[in-house]
Amino acid sequence: MEIVVCVKQVPDTETRIKIDPAGKGIVREGIEYVVNPYDEFAIEEALVLKEKHGGKVTVITAGPDRAVDALRTALAMGADEAIHIQASQEDAVDSIGAAEVMARALKEIPFDIILCGKQAVDDDNAAFAPALAEFLGLPHVTVVTGLEVDPEAGEAQVVREIEGAQEHITTSLPAVIAAQKGLNEPRYPALRGIMQAKRKKIPVSTLADLGLEGETLPARTEVLSMMPPPPREGGEKYEGEPEETVARLIKALQAEKLV
Amino acid sequence: MDFTLPEEVEMVRRMVRDFVKDRLQPLADQVEEEDKIPDDVLQEMKELGFFGLPFPEEYGGVGVGELGYVVALEALGGANSAYGNLIGAHTGIATMSIYLGGTEEQKRKYLPELCSGEKIAAFALTEPNAGSDAAAIETTAVRKGDKYILNGNKIWITNGDIADVVIVYAVTDKSLGARGGVTAFIVEKGFPGFSVGKIDEKMGLRGSHTAELIFEDCEVPAENVLGEVGMGFLIAMKALDVGRIGLAGGAVGGAQWLLEQCIEWANQRVQFGKPIAHQQAIQWMLADMATEIHAARLMTYHAAWKLDQGQRVSREAAMVKLFASEMANRVADMAVQIHGGIGYMKEHFIERAYRDTRILRIYEGTSEIQRLVIARDLLKAGK
Ligand SMILES: Cc1cc2nc3c(=O)[nH]c(=O)nc-3n(C[C@H](O)[C@H](O)[C@H](O)COP(=O)(O)OP(=O)(O)OC[C@H]3O[C@@H](n4cnc5c(N)ncnc54)[C@H](O)[C@@H]3O)c2cc1C
Repeated sequence: MEIVVCVKQVPDTETRIKIDPAGKGIVREGIEYVVNPYDEFAIEEALVLKEKHGGKVTVITAGPDRAVDALRTALAMGADEAIHIQASQEDAVDSIGAAEVMARALKEIPFDIILCGKQAVDDDNAAFAPALAEFLGLPHVTVVTGLEVDPEAGEAQVVREIEGAQEHITTSLPAVIAAQKGLNEPRYPALRGIMQAKRKKIPVSTLADLGLEGETLPARTEVLSMMPPPPREGGEKYEGEPEETVARLIKALQAEKLV
Repeated sequence: MDFTLPEEVEMVRRMVRDFVKDRLQPLADQVEEEDKIPDDVLQEMKELGFFGLPFPEEYGGVGVGELGYVVALEALGGANSAYGNLIGAHTGIATMSIYLGGTEEQKRKYLPELCSGEKIAAFALTEPNAGSDAAAIETTAVRKGDKYILNGNKIWITNGDIADVVIVYAVTDKSLGARGGVTAFIVEKGFPGFSVGKIDEKMGLRGSHTAELIFEDCEVPAENVLGEVGMGFLIAMKALDVGRIGLAGGAVGGAQWLLEQCIEWANQRVQFGKPIAHQQAIQWMLADMATEIHAARLMTYHAAWKLDQGQRVSREAAMVKLFASEMANRVADMAVQIHGGIGYMKEHFIERAYRDTRILRIYEGTSEIQRLVIARDLLKAGK
């Protein structure tokens, strides 16, 4: 099986985000970047598929120079090949643009299934997978928590999370599968694999190579302003005897329809 | 001058950090209570490559050099000391003895299994009458046909209880003294006459054990002489040079973690109507901690880098061991102070860290011995 995983490098989830003075993006300095956590589920699932059905796992990212670290991490986890599409994406929140670029790149390589995370934790758009599928004319299944692939039949049984239930879907392959937490437990990139990951040649292509203009991912949206969330309001404190304060608490919870 | 860490070392740092956070920290109390690293975690760490970091890939190592090894031990700072202690003894001094002193054949035979962690190693130098004065060891090795017969006791040997391979330093020719008279042997668990004695009760480092090793007419094949006869003391000193740099890395990591815990606590603990972090007295302690950690980190990275360049580092190794271990003790002391009473309670990890940090100034050469090494080198070199 030819398995492709689209990954994105995002600020570490523990980063304390600061809005830049221009108010249109975040301060990038000092930020540590990691593989988007949902993409880790996608990488793990790809490795599991390979272990089960044989084949090859190729990871691909569109991003600036530093994004190559995300690819190397995926290689150290066990991916076979990596492709880097050179593109600045600072503060771009346009997943459609990223999907368009990726779709063009994927025209050049064979695949039986495409995996990615259900959303990137930086812009939280959750639009990449459906957009990529549309560009490629493929089916897609999002928020996936279970996947069984039958390569002979060219089909996959997919479980997806919906509000209060699970949906079981059969899809033809190739398809775009967007991973949700719970799909698996991602393995650690092995220290052992580091030097091989470092030596691996990672081909780089530019947007121009893909027939696009400019150096930034094509965007159909524009960020007008970015602001921090409003500070949390101080809670309410009930003081007095337990009989009385508990009663008030229960009332308040009922008023909010929490109990 | 470029202070950025090489890409692979940066990856090591991130991987170990994530592993510590996700896998090791949740087990912290369990390791302390049970005085044991859970088997499944140990197995996972072996598979990931934690046991062969600095050694070349051709011997089964990870190949990230001393710098990668130091950074890994640093990143382990947020976990119980047991892990770094186990790895430090196994990788930093025991396996290192084979790597630095062994014949090509010995390296091919032993390093792959030691790098993968399939086998665990220990470094056995200390004896009841030979601590700082390592040249005073009394364990003897006498040649008999194609074997050596070892007699004597080693004490406080880290990993002694679990080691499959022990590097044993013994006297082969008393008349020659340390230089020429001491030989290192590769002793395997199961060699006749080798047994493990008492396992020690220690102040801290729970989860890592030291034991007495007993050699009673222990038979060691002559081919297990590490390197050459008479080279033992030199091998031990070289291995300790390297080990000390790794130990300093661990000290930096532990101190950094304590600093972060202190910052969190200082912001959270309210006295006199505001967080104690608003008190200048607390701020100065935090500033001192951070400054000392920074200094120790840079000098440790430098020593590791210099070693990776193939240069001699005895003096620097002693300096970073001395400074980083004493720094870590000052930091641990301030950490207890910033936490106040809770920092003295067994239920709190600060109490554990305080006990665990104390050993750093003693093993792999006490602070006094490091100063002695530095001063001797200074007086010899004249600068
Ligand atoms: C937890 C733990 C783990 C250990 N693991 C190992 C191991 O894996 N392998 C191993 O071989 N050993 C191990 N050791 C032993 C350790 O290396 C020794 O304890 C250490 O070298 C100090 O020796 P000593 O305890 O005999 O102290 P001593 O040498 O008796 O020293 C006592 C005091 O006198 C000072 N002193 C001694 N000589 C001088 C001098 N010339 N000038 C100034 N001051 C001096 C010392 O600095 C110290 O303050 C371990 C010890 C412990 C506690």
